[in-house]
Amino acid sequence: MNYEFHWNIVLQKMPELLHGAFVTLHVSVLSMVLGIVIAVFLAIAKMNQVKPFNYVAITWIEIARNTPALFQIYMAYFGLGAFGIHLSPYMAVLSALVFINAGYLAETFRGGFQSIPDAQYNASKSLGMTNVQTYRYIILPQMFRRIYHPMTNQFVWAILMSSLGILVGMNELSGETQRLQSLSFRTLEFFIVTAVLYYIITKFVLLSSALISKRLFRGEI
Amino acid sequence: MIQVQNVRKSFGDLEVLKGIDVEVQKGEVLSVIGGSGSGKSTLLYCINAIEKIQGGKILVDNIDVHDKATNKDQLRQKLGMVFQQWNSFPHMTVLENVALAPQVVKKMSKAEAIEIAKKELEHVGLGDKFDVYPTKMSGGQQQRLAIARALAMRPDYMLFDEVTSALDPELVGEVLDTLRVLREEGMTMICVTHEIAFAREVSDQVAFFHQGVIEEIGPPEQVISNPQKETTQSFLSKVLS
Repeated sequence: MNYEFHWNIVLQKMPELLHGAFVTLHVSVLSMVLGIVIAVFLAIAKMNQVKPFNYVAITWIEIARNTPALFQIYMAYFGLGAFGIHLSPYMAVLSALVFINAGYLAETFRGGFQSIPDAQYNASKSLGMTNVQTYRYIILPQMFRRIYHPMTNQFVWAILMSSLGILVGMNELSGETQRLQSLSFRTLEFFIVTAVLYYIITKFVLLSSALISKRLFRGEI
Repeated sequence: MIQVQNVRKSFGDLEVLKGIDVEVQKGEVLSVIGGSGSGKSTLLYCINAIEKIQGGKILVDNIDVHDKATNKDQLRQKLGMVFQQWNSFPHMTVLENVALAPQVVKKMSKAEAIEIAKKELEHVGLGDKFDVYPTKMSGGQQQRLAIARALAMRPDYMLFDEVTSALDPELVGEVLDTLRVLREEGMTMICVTHEIAFAREVSDQVAFFHQGVIEEIGPPEQVISNPQKETTQSFLSKVLS
């Protein structure tokens, strides 16, 4: 082992790496927001068994959870391209991540809804509360707590999965690293720094999530 | 007045109420006893319109409970209910549990609702628990919380569904004491219960349910102390032995 580390070149390119990190965060946040909205509809469609929406939901969830993210990004980028729909690398990765997040979160939400005991509905109804009031004050706040941590995990996962953007030439953190290392051939240095950046991003997300949950949830489940 | 007239209720092929007739006047206490599966809890759920009925009629102050035109949410404000399984809202403090419904259902101001909630919590002996979360309390305390929560809606009737059945034996007394207080104050109540001694003490009427029908109904001196039917005698001898 007589590898000589050269960190200077990485430091010089730091602004570009940080920009990549910003794109990574950007695409993951957006994929979560859109994924959550779609997941609520998928979960409700699957629970209520209204045709044909439940079939759409089931198909979506099955594909999202049982095929590799790589496949989904390729389908969005090259697959749709074959039909004349040309997405930018950013849009291709974003839509694949939204697809995956929605599929996974739909199951999380469904579990969340079903984990609230019937007794809570009955208690709420017996006090004269309407269905909307029951959901607003009793069911959703409890469900949100139960799915909060799985949701945070999904967010971290989305951040890490977005590194697959490297495959379609997206300028997120991994894509930028790939480009910069190929210009300098300091492969190891660049990827070590990138790994540290990923670590910092996900730790930051987990810590802020923990802090927020402390403020949000005072009682116990 | 609550009037139950020839009420029939089935779950699929299983008929759990086979024509129930009973009346509860204002200020009266009706206790419902009987084996598990005899339909006694189902009757409460039907009175509260949580369950639908397949035949007959239930009138609460002459309002037809199961009429499509009846606003069930409004009707339930007349009927407080406490369930066998404690179901305090775990994400709210004790005070918030009680003050919620008066605010969102009766549109009271927060200050007004909190005042009522405090009064009702003191009423059931939880005056020192306002800011505690219910999961930190014992089953008996949670049941008293549920009673206070129902009372804060100022109901005309209270329905109790085996409220002591899920409790440790040493916690049963505090909940029954709370029910005795309500009885003293003249609250109209229907208590589905396994506490035979309690039923004998507080009831104006006792109804013995057996396989979906009322086998025997009357004052406790008759139904509990001097039962006429063989099924009642055999049930009582089992639970009292």
